[in-house]
Amino acid sequence: MKTCLVVDDSSVVRKIARRILEGLEFEVTEAEDGSKALEVCQQKLPDAVLLDWNMPVMDGFEFMGHMRRLPGGDQPKVVFCTTENNVAHIAQALSGGANEYIMKPFDKDIIADKFAEVGLIPVGQAMV
Amino acid sequence: MTPTEYEYLRKFLRDHSGLDLSADKQYLIESRLLPLARKAGIPGIGELVQKLQGAGSGALVTSVVEAMTTNETFFFRDKVPFDHFRDTIMPEIIKARAGRRSVRIWCAAGSTGQEPYSLAMSLKEMGAALTGWRVEIIATDLSQEVLEKAKAGIYSQFEVQRGLPIQMLMKYFKQTGETWQINPELRAMIQHRQLNLLHDFAQLGTFDVIFCRNVLIYFDQDTKINIFNRLARQIEGDGFLVLGAAETVVGLTDTFRPIPERRGLYKPNDPRAAAAKPALAGAAPRVAVMAGR
Repeated sequence: MKTCLVVDDSSVVRKIARRILEGLEFEVTEAEDGSKALEVCQQKLPDAVLLDWNMPVMDGFEFMGHMRRLPGGDQPKVVFCTTENNVAHIAQALSGGANEYIMKPFDKDIIADKFAEVGLIPVGQAMV
Repeated sequence: MTPTEYEYLRKFLRDHSGLDLSADKQYLIESRLLPLARKAGIPGIGELVQKLQGAGSGALVTSVVEAMTTNETFFFRDKVPFDHFRDTIMPEIIKARAGRRSVRIWCAAGSTGQEPYSLAMSLKEMGAALTGWRVEIIATDLSQEVLEKAKAGIYSQFEVQRGLPIQMLMKYFKQTGETWQINPELRAMIQHRQLNLLHDFAQLGTFDVIFCRNVLIYFDQDTKINIFNRLARQIEGDGFLVLGAAETVVGLTDTFRPIPERRGLYKPNDPRAAAAKPALAGAAPRVAVMAGR
């Protein structure tokens, strides 16, 4: 089973994301900010990270930088999932090593499409 | 909705658009037509049927047909056909048309533009291989309203997140507020035209590639056969027909043949070969029609 770390300071968003990702057969762990997420990654890197941008303590962009520098940290697929929906933020995320980018609000179809896009799930699964 | 009203609407839709609803699609009618009725100040399906039966209901007829035939669509829908387009269709066309350096593509159910724009983006991604080529994409749809949206190329944040890789969004779209508009250069690659597939389309000319996806599923068998036979006349001998995942020519016509290991991809058969066995071409599909009911 593939693993996904959901990083968001809203417990509601984490809960919704968890339900969607478990439906896509991911084993889900949660973190409420970048710093907690980094601790999780230092223990064991997930296959995927669904990552909010604005969070207290450490934001998503900073977390991604630290995670990418861990041994094997280039492997997880990072999918941003944020209300930051402008070109400047998207460009910054991509050049900082993000694989995909979701602009909130999101739903199951968008997550499935984006995860299929970066090869985390087969294309067919996104069509359900 | 009474059974009589449902039967009336079924026949009405078959006559006006070729849409062939099975006996259990009441929910589809209600979900599409109730909002339309309310917008027009009509209280329910019963009253809507009465209006359709009355004289001078031209505008209402059009909006009912449009509401029932508009389908969900998104960028690079189903992925596989666009992989085939990039990896099988275009490499073959580029070789075969190296002399005249032009390619004509028809999206026969272009809808709100996601499919033709996906093809335009794919072609752009091919870069130097198509430098100096004349590329023509004709996108047709039954619905004028849908065509207007396709022409504008403006999509909501929700729409641009269905099927479209983020890199392509960044490369080919411009953000204006909460919406995203496809670049003028890509818009200029596509001609949008209103067309009912039930009517003659010979005037569109001949194509190297025809995308006709997820529209024939709504037609009855005879209509499908008729459309396939007319599509065959608009396609180059070495061209490609692309159908939706749930569609096939098999058992309906021998004007096209499936390409092995390329799901959804078809090649026209040699018309002389088809002409050599006219009895089969005429009779075989009818058997399939009868067996299917």
